[in-house]
Order: sequence, then structure tokens, then C-alpha cells
Amino acid sequence: MARLIVLGGGVSGHTAATFAAKWLGSAHEVVVVTPNSKWNWIPSNIWVGVGQMTPEDVTFDLAPVYKKAGITYKQAKAVSIHPKGKEGSDKEFVTIEFTNPENAGQTEELEYDYLINATGPKLNFGATPGLGEGSELGKHTVSVCTADHAHHASSELEKCIKKMKEGQRQKFLIGTGHGMCTCQGAAFEYIFNIEHELSKAGVRDLADIKWISNESFLGDFGVGGLHMKTMGYSVSSKIFAESLFTERGVDWIIGAHVNKIEPGKAHYELLDGSMGEEEFDFSMLIPPFAGVGLKAFDKDGSDITDTIFAPNGFLKVDANYAAGAYENWKASDWPKTYQNPTYKNIFACGIAFAPPHPISKPMSSPNGTAINPTPPRTGMPSGIMGKAVARSICDRILKGKDAPLHEASMAEMGAACVASAGKGIFNGTAAAMTIYPVVPDFEKYPGTGRDTDYTFGEIGLAGHWIKHILHHLFLWKAKLKMGWTMIPE
Amino acid sequence: MAKVKEEEKNIKAYSQNFTSMVPGSFSKRMRTCVIWQFIRFIVINLKMIIVVGKSH
Repeated sequence: MARLIVLGGGVSGHTAATFAAKWLGSAHEVVVVTPNSKWNWIPSNIWVGVGQMTPEDVTFDLAPVYKKAGITYKQAKAVSIHPKGKEGSDKEFVTIEFTNPENAGQTEELEYDYLINATGPKLNFGATPGLGEGSELGKHTVSVCTADHAHHASSELEKCIKKMKEGQRQKFLIGTGHGMCTCQGAAFEYIFNIEHELSKAGVRDLADIKWISNESFLGDFGVGGLHMKTMGYSVSSKIFAESLFTERGVDWIIGAHVNKIEPGKAHYELLDGSMGEEEFDFSMLIPPFAGVGLKAFDKDGSDITDTIFAPNGFLKVDANYAAGAYENWKASDWPKTYQNPTYKNIFACGIAFAPPHPISKPMSSPNGTAINPTPPRTGMPSGIMGKAVARSICDRILKGKDAPLHEASMAEMGAACVASAGKGIFNGTAAAMTIYPVVPDFEKYPGTGRDTDYTFGEIGLAGHWIKHILHHLFLWKAKLKMGWTMIPE
Repeated sequence: MAKVKEEEKNIKAYSQNFTSMVPGSFSKRMRTCVIWQFIRFIVINLKMIIVVGKSH
């Protein structure tokens, strides 16, 4: 019997574990180690953040789902990887520390034959003074990164709306809380949901809404922007985004590294080196991401974390980490199999793998501060790579150790993205976008780097309906309900 | 002073949004026209299915 351990139960880890359990059957064991007791459909946290959904609407308990799937579930956080075993044993193992109330703090060594690191990120609020401490959100801003964060954001928003109904003017600042953030799309969706809710509450005239982000141009979204075919033009996402911001009366600050948060005030540095500050009554700033801090140790106990992990804490895979300057970047730099180059039975997927470099062109201020989006690895690509990794491992377990690995390069896959504004079936709208491929390939698609036949975007009710459908569809799939394997990632 | 058109209400000369493209009233109406959006729903779904298919 072989044992596959999956560290993390988010979109990528859950996809990998559930497909592996299905393909391996009861002859082999799949273990999921995740510190959370619930699965969260993160895209719908936006609706929780404006009070249109509750945390219960976007989460469910993992234990019964894993029991149904025959997956061994450990509510614990991974602490260290020992890819050569320890003195007296050559068997690879991971050390985990339980987080469930019954045995919190207890540790266990879990041996593995194959390991998938899908821990997702550490929400590194502590990288910006005042934004938070370590992975803990601070008191001055809100977040929509987790369902609980989003619920808190909703209650703070409600307080602002109450003040506005009493005639007080309020300032809203939404965006990224550091120069090296990703997930601009989540903040983008949140700002327009807030704008929609304020309009619905009849207080829009008393709101000053401003976007602040590390993008060098509006509509970069961490993917270097995109060109969408519409109205006979190939339109840049910059024009698309600026149009939407103008239409909704939202101002913007771009190329910004937020370097300090104080009560009601954000300090920032711009790409031109100038410093500024922005006051706010309500602010949602996405934190930068880092690896969760997993360590790795050799058989003799020496620290080999640098061998397995990149300096940012994400796990090294089959990417080209020596691409160098932007001018040298190629689509082929991006990993295909997500296998660790040193330890062939270790894989990483989702946010946990170390990307070779950003997708957006790196930029820095004259002061040397790096200000550019880091690459997104969430949502659809995250699920696709989780499934590909699970397929590879299952083949190696079932067909032999030399079975070919499956590939899922972000330079060869697309992504569908729907950013809603509002939740009502007939009064909400959404920007529906597809991008193909996620990582531009300027050799295959000279010019925009993408296939404009499959890269498009438009605003309307249709995208909004799709957002609703996706919410229910992916929760259905994640709960492993009838026909779940038929629903694509 | 003449009344500003709805779609131009947020534009100020030489402000950061002065060069933005803004949708006219027809475009905005079509965004919430249920019949048109039902057609777009089918078209967008088909496009997304193709992109998903090419990605697996």
C-alpha cells in the first residue's frame, strides 16, 4: 500500500486529494493535512464581505466529505519535511502539529511515499507595518482573504453605511497592502461590490472610493494585463479597467507600495520614488503572500530548507529559476509537472509552488523598492495543476515509478474569471473574462502574447449569472456530490 | 450651464480619467437587457467551455 500525503485542503490540495482517492481506490491511502476544519470557496468571500452571504454559505466541514471519499484527514499544520527519513530509518516523513481543539499542539510523524505541498500562502500581513502581525490581520484595515475576515469586513462596512445615512462622508481605500502583492482581481471585485452596495443603500454621494495598487497600470491584474477582442478591436485591459473605474466614479493610485498603515491612514511610495499618504474610514488591503514557513531536514537533522524551498518559502519545482531579466523570460520557464527537482516524490501545486518569476514586468522605484504584482496561481489554474499532479502520482503508484508525468503549464492553460458587482439576479452586473494562456507566450503569439480568439471580456448580467452558477457548481463539486468529476476545474 | 450627460458625469478635464472610454446609455442598457444577456450568457459559456477544454 502506498501513501500519498497532501499538505493543504484548499482548491488545489482538495482537488488533488479527492481525485487521487478516487483513482487509487482503497488499495492505497490518501492523507490530507490541513489546519482548517472547513473548506472555503474563496471567490464568494467577496459577497460575504459586503453582507450578501454568510460565512456558512461559502464554507463546509471537511471531515464528513473526506470520510465519504475514504481520505484520512488530519486537522493539523505541516511543520517540516524529512525527505530522507531520520537516523535509523530511510523512510520519508513529514512532521505535523495538530490544530483541532482536542489535541492542539500535539505532533506526529507521518511517513509518505508521495507528497504534495498545496499549503497555499501565509497571508503575510506583517510585511507592512500596521497591516498586521505575521499572518494576523491588524486592527486598522479589513480583509476578504478568509470567510471570517470577510464577515468582519461586512460588519465594518455596515458601520460606515450607518454613518453615511446619518450624513457623514466616508472614505474607502481598497487595493493591495504592499508592493509585492498578488490577487488584484479580488480587490478589484470587492471595490465594485462596495460601490454597488453603497449605491443600493442610497449613500453613494457621500462616499469617496479610491483604488490603490502595485500595478504599473490599471488592469495589469498580475498577468501583465491582457488584450480582449471586443467591438472589432483588441482592447487592452487598461482601457477596460479605466473605463469601469471612471463609469463608477472610483479614483485610483497605481504603482504604489503601501509601506505603513496607521489608524485611518495609509502611507505609500510610488514608482517615481515620491511618497504619499491617503486617509480612509474603511480600507481593505490585500496582504502579500509568502510560503507557510515549512522547514526541511536531512537524515542527520541538518537544515536543507534552501534545497527544497525558494527564499520566499514556496516549493521549488521544474521551473527555470535562472531566467534572469525580463527580456530573457520565456513561456517555457514555467513549470509543467510541478515535481521537485531534488526529491522526485515531492510535488507542489496552487500557490505553494515557487514561480520562476513574475508575469508582470518587474519594476522598482528610484529608491530601490520593488513595486510589481507577483503572479496569481489561484482559482482555475490551481485546480487544473492539482488534478495533473494527482494524475501523475496515481500513475506512478499504479503503473510504475517511471510512468510519464502529466503536464499543466500556466503558459499553456487559460483561466476564466468573473468579477461581480452586486448579487441580485437582475440588478447585478459582472465583468466576465477569459485569458488564454495565463502566462503570455510571445513566441507563439507575437504581439499581445495571448490568443485573442480566446481572450475576451465583457460586462453584463450574463457574467453575473455565471458567477452565481460557479458558486453553486464548485461547492457541489468540492462536496463530492453526484457527478462531481464531470465538473471541470 | 447645460446639464451633463449621465455617462460623462464622472469625467473632469485633465483629471486622471479624462482619457478613459466610457459606455453610452445604449451600451449600459444592453448590459441589463435580459434577452440580450441571455444570448451573451450562452456565448460566454461556450467560449469559457472552449478555454477550459484547451486547458486540460
